[in-house]
Amino acid sequence: MASVSTPLTFDVKSIRKDFPILNRKVNEKPLVYFDNAATSQTPQQVIDVIVEYYSNYNANIHRGVHALSQEATDAYEQARIKLQKHFNIPNAYQTLFTSGTTHGINIVASGYAEILKEGDEVVVSALEHHSNIVPWQMLCEKTGAVLKVIPMTDNGTLDMDAFEQLLSDKTKLVFVNHVSNALGTVNPIEFIIEKTHAVGGAVLVDGAQAAPHINADVQALDVDFYVVSAHKMCGPTGVGMLYGKEKWLEQLPPYQGGGEMIDQVTFEKTTYAGLPHKFEAGTPNICGGIAFGAALDYMNAIGFENIAAYEHELLEYATEKLKAIDGLRIYGESKEKTAVISFNIEGIHPYDIGTILDKLGVAVRTGHHCAQPIMDFYKIPGTVRASFAFYNTKEEIDVLVAGVERAKNMLS
Amino acid sequence: MIMSSIQEIQQEIVEEFEMFDDWMQRYEYMIELGKSLPLIDEKYKTDEYIIKGCQSKVWVHADLKDDKIEFTADSDAIITKGIIAILIRSFSGQPPQEILDADTSFIDEIGLKEHLSPTRANGLVSMIKQIKLYAIAYQAKAGN
Repeated sequence: MASVSTPLTFDVKSIRKDFPILNRKVNEKPLVYFDNAATSQTPQQVIDVIVEYYSNYNANIHRGVHALSQEATDAYEQARIKLQKHFNIPNAYQTLFTSGTTHGINIVASGYAEILKEGDEVVVSALEHHSNIVPWQMLCEKTGAVLKVIPMTDNGTLDMDAFEQLLSDKTKLVFVNHVSNALGTVNPIEFIIEKTHAVGGAVLVDGAQAAPHINADVQALDVDFYVVSAHKMCGPTGVGMLYGKEKWLEQLPPYQGGGEMIDQVTFEKTTYAGLPHKFEAGTPNICGGIAFGAALDYMNAIGFENIAAYEHELLEYATEKLKAIDGLRIYGESKEKTAVISFNIEGIHPYDIGTILDKLGVAVRTGHHCAQPIMDFYKIPGTVRASFAFYNTKEEIDVLVAGVERAKNMLS
Repeated sequence: MIMSSIQEIQQEIVEEFEMFDDWMQRYEYMIELGKSLPLIDEKYKTDEYIIKGCQSKVWVHADLKDDKIEFTADSDAIITKGIIAILIRSFSGQPPQEILDADTSFIDEIGLKEHLSPTRANGLVSMIKQIKLYAIAYQAKAGN
């Protein structure tokens, strides 16, 4: 399997060499990729693992007696252990492979449909991605539970006083993202978990935007569920992880019926397999799971502390440069935020700015970022979002800033 | 004044865009065209007239005058407005059947579909679809 080199110091030039895509041109300009919060790029070390899987040991797992199946099963289960260790999960069987964050959320939401009763309350934050709003709305419609919302404040943080007011012994579940995808705000999940546990509720944290920057320890957090996607952290799309406390995972019914998730099947009755297979019906994304493990190896070799420190440097540099542009407003100015800048220029539609930036080879996201409630709060159609990763540079930020100025001149 | 055919107008637009050397000039021209758009009456800027598939909002309204369809439109994004202006120039004031028969490959020729992002391109496709839907509706009405 591809080895992962350990850099002695954080050397962005050498890191960039790991990412073949960063060499390409877009509209005849060198690519400046600032859409990392949507999906991160893939290092050669992970690409090699994917190629090796399909070239060398592609097989279905868990049931085959032949060599390839054994090798694929071993690699897949080793990847599970890598995830377990990375997030400090007590047991491998609590580390469930999913198709991504949305899948993980839906496993929990559909399970709770069997547990919640009319009048129970679930709490969701105003900073959520649609994927962490819609499943709970559906759940509440189905069960008669009541959905409550933690309001946000003008600087893009959650109102914790209001949150405490929402809690009661009716609170069964709280759903919050660790980091807001639209604004980059790092939410005080430790506080939210502690207060929710005090009233007997459980907390699901959507870690999709946090996992590429913050190495979460699920036991230290004492979180009930934690979900992530591989493709935000140098891995492939279509694979993710759901961590759950054992008591919850035992209680929740299976999400899908099919192969892998059964123990005994007769036409009279089927008994379900134990964890994690109860939630892993059907042939999983085997290669994706293995590559997810390789992506974690890659990022851990660089070191999450190094990554966070460098990205923070990029964030501060970009914030200062962008703020110097007349008429530019940054949305979300929490003290605790990841390397995401959501902004608009007065009188200009974000989509126009994004279109001009694309012509200049700069990839940003424009629109509501699947977080319409946040856009409604600020009364804007959307924002331009530049999100940085550890392989980006200050020189690239200079290209962005010059591009925004050029767009502003053309469009106003 | 004799009204030019859709094909003639589209050819004219293609020739105008050929005068520019680079994308920036083309975009600047498109922004100028956007500003000259026959603006939609405020009363039609409602969800009923909005086109789905655009990240920016687009409203299109059509009226039949002397057996010809007159389009008015608006958008909250200026580049989008430029694109609509080009479409309206091409289709407004034409009979429904001509609009239905019209080819839209000139969009490719002026480099718009190629140079706009996929989501935007979808918006462009939706706009053309909406214009054609109006043509179908008015043709059906005229047939009754």
